[in-house]
Amino acid sequence: MGSNSISKMAARHLRILSGCNGALLSVRFFSDSTLAQEPIASTAIDSASVSPSINTAENHSQLNNNKKHSAPSSLKHAELAKFSAIADTWWDAEGPYKPLHALNPTRLAFIRSTLCRHFRKDPYSARPFEGLNIVDVGCGGGILSEPLARMGATVTGIDAVEKNIKIARLHADLDPETSTIEYCCTTAEKLVEEQRKFDAVIGSEVIEHVADPAEFCKSLSALTVSEGATVISTINRSVRAYATAIIAAEHILHWLPKGTHQWSSFLTPEELVLILQRASIDVKEMAGFVYNPLTGRWSLSDDISVNFIAFGTKNS
Amino acid sequence: MNRIIVGRLSVNVSGLRVLQRSFCSSVAEKESEVKQSFTNNDDQYDVAVVGGGMVGMALACSLASMPLTKHLSVAIIDSNPALGKSNFIKKEDPPDPRVSTVTPATISFFKEIGAWQYVQQHRHAYFDKMQVWDYTGLGYTKYNARDVNKEILGCVVENKVLHSSLLSCMQNTEFRKTIYPSRLTSMALLPSSSSISVDSTPSATTLFTKGHLAKLDLSDGKSLYAKLVVGADGGKSRVRELAGFKTTGWSYSQNAIICTVEHNKENYCAWQRFLPAGPIALLPIGDNFSNIVWTMNPKDASDCKSMNEDDFVKILNHALDYGYGPHPKSISSGSVDMFSWFRGDATLSAKECFEVPPRVVKLASERMVFPLSLKHANNYVSKRVVLIGDAAHTVHPLAGQGVNLGFGDASTLSRIIAEGIAVGADIGEVSLLKKYEAERKPANIVMMAVLDGFQKAYSVDFGPLNILRAAAFHGAQYISPLKRNIISYASGEQRLPLPLPLFT
Repeated sequence: MGSNSISKMAARHLRILSGCNGALLSVRFFSDSTLAQEPIASTAIDSASVSPSINTAENHSQLNNNKKHSAPSSLKHAELAKFSAIADTWWDAEGPYKPLHALNPTRLAFIRSTLCRHFRKDPYSARPFEGLNIVDVGCGGGILSEPLARMGATVTGIDAVEKNIKIARLHADLDPETSTIEYCCTTAEKLVEEQRKFDAVIGSEVIEHVADPAEFCKSLSALTVSEGATVISTINRSVRAYATAIIAAEHILHWLPKGTHQWSSFLTPEELVLILQRASIDVKEMAGFVYNPLTGRWSLSDDISVNFIAFGTKNS
Repeated sequence: MNRIIVGRLSVNVSGLRVLQRSFCSSVAEKESEVKQSFTNNDDQYDVAVVGGGMVGMALACSLASMPLTKHLSVAIIDSNPALGKSNFIKKEDPPDPRVSTVTPATISFFKEIGAWQYVQQHRHAYFDKMQVWDYTGLGYTKYNARDVNKEILGCVVENKVLHSSLLSCMQNTEFRKTIYPSRLTSMALLPSSSSISVDSTPSATTLFTKGHLAKLDLSDGKSLYAKLVVGADGGKSRVRELAGFKTTGWSYSQNAIICTVEHNKENYCAWQRFLPAGPIALLPIGDNFSNIVWTMNPKDASDCKSMNEDDFVKILNHALDYGYGPHPKSISSGSVDMFSWFRGDATLSAKECFEVPPRVVKLASERMVFPLSLKHANNYVSKRVVLIGDAAHTVHPLAGQGVNLGFGDASTLSRIIAEGIAVGADIGEVSLLKKYEAERKPANIVMMAVLDGFQKAYSVDFGPLNILRAAAFHGAQYISPLKRNIISYASGEQRLPLPLPLFT
């Protein structure tokens, strides 16, 4: 792909940016994930750029060289303090997570249609996922987990950030239909160690924040039962995505704080299909999300050049 | 199991949270009794429809008819005692003067929800022709359903027939509905009981613990809880008042007098004549009966109401016939050459002559008077509250659109609720309800503007304006695409008068 040189340039550009700012803090606003990379510096943390991140065991060893490590205890305090400022806003539909709330019905429509077809459930039922075990990897505040529970699924939501899990639990307890969701502050790898298995594994807007996507896919695959479903949504590593998700969304429109996404860690659909294949998952369907600025709504389309979602099944 | 306890009692939550965390590493047991323990609370509903009139019941019926929504529990709050009993409308009853003209779009909606079959068992009158003219005698327009290749322009049905059909339709389903025969006194958004959280900052809890359910207090002392409150309680909506929606509008300083009249022969045409003080409409109800809606200034209206029946019949015939001005001249098809290049495929009704409406023989009901006004709620939705029907908008009756807009609201809202349930959304969420508002508000506002424009245009007796109006009559009569557009729009088949791509 000719985008390679551009990707190197962009990666370098971002590294320079991050050096200037001091702290490249990446927590997704477009996404639910908190399997984020470690922050660069403990000092000079810009109070305007919010999103802190929490170390995860496996990311520690795979960090970029020019990121400095700092004593976890002092950092945790500062990060948590900052995080609590925005963690409240998870469920504020007009707040910083607004794009994610707007995207939610669209990705749920895709998930509903592919899972209903795969598990042969009645698409006209109000609770089609009754009897299915689903795990939402990188659930954040539970924006995706709650509708899945309302659709009848037995949902487990996991996130590496403790605060997110707290918020998710508090919000889910408000509605009797969602209070059955099991929230855990853990990682996909730890769940694999516990030998948990699920009928459907969903990692929406997570994989672009993970240090090793191939390993992540292997973990997701290990969590899926044989003939189960895996759904991953992310942003394409295309020039158009750079213009839209990074320049427009972060720098011009300020939908996301600068540094939320790193273009170099985006995956192209071909790469995603390949690493999923290596993890014994066959991608069966793929769709794109397209945003209409006039109506302010997202819709499903064949255009996978910016945001896309893939549905795959686990080989037996 | 612990989750139920956390929800129900306000105990020290942090201790329980430690327990929950340790549960995570083991396979937690999934309880299905959680849902039941909350719904042991008998007065908790998914949807509370305040106002059991035509539009409120249409919404309930529509929810009952769709697979995605038929499992919802609905409470209907209305103090009208007729709701509780099965209604018996005797065929011999004279027609009630309160009637509505339902458009073909509304008829399709009723067929979809399964209520039209009940309407057909009672008196109802389809009409396929319409004639509109004014007192100046300078022009007239005739509309025919065959201009747009349809069988009917609309159907005139008594309101009580529409209402009882909707009730019958609902009773024949397994829909979980409860009727509360009382009135709404107050409403509040209820905070969750699990608002105590020891180890998170106060701002986290306040933001989302508010407003999980709405609480409704009724005049008989009962209370109920609902995820979504639908205000279908008419022009003086209490829900609208309690929710704090502001309205825009003005009164028309006109009153409408309505009554049922009888003729010697059958009538299948709708007639409307614009008089200096307001339009008079004659709508067929069936069995030689017709309904009169006559708009005039308040003083004349009360005079008309109180005068004796024979005098009233005389002035009715006068108003429909030669009163206030001459008949328009019928233009025979040969002589209008200037319109020939507009004609294209000329409509059938372009060739029809002016007809005088059928003579009223006698009055068949009491006369009722209603004040007319325009009112529009600035917002239709807020968290857990949505307005439909007259609660959201009241219009002038001159085009028979009012209740049809309400049925359009009910149809759209039930579809939006179904779409929300399909993706597991909370039906009281503002983002979901805003989709309903985005669809209905522009359409309703445009219709109101059109009707208001007509009302103002026809209430001024001014030479040049009269000529303009005559030109408008001629234009609508002879310019076929314009006539087809008008018919489609008035039938509810077209959402907006002009095909604006942005809104479709």
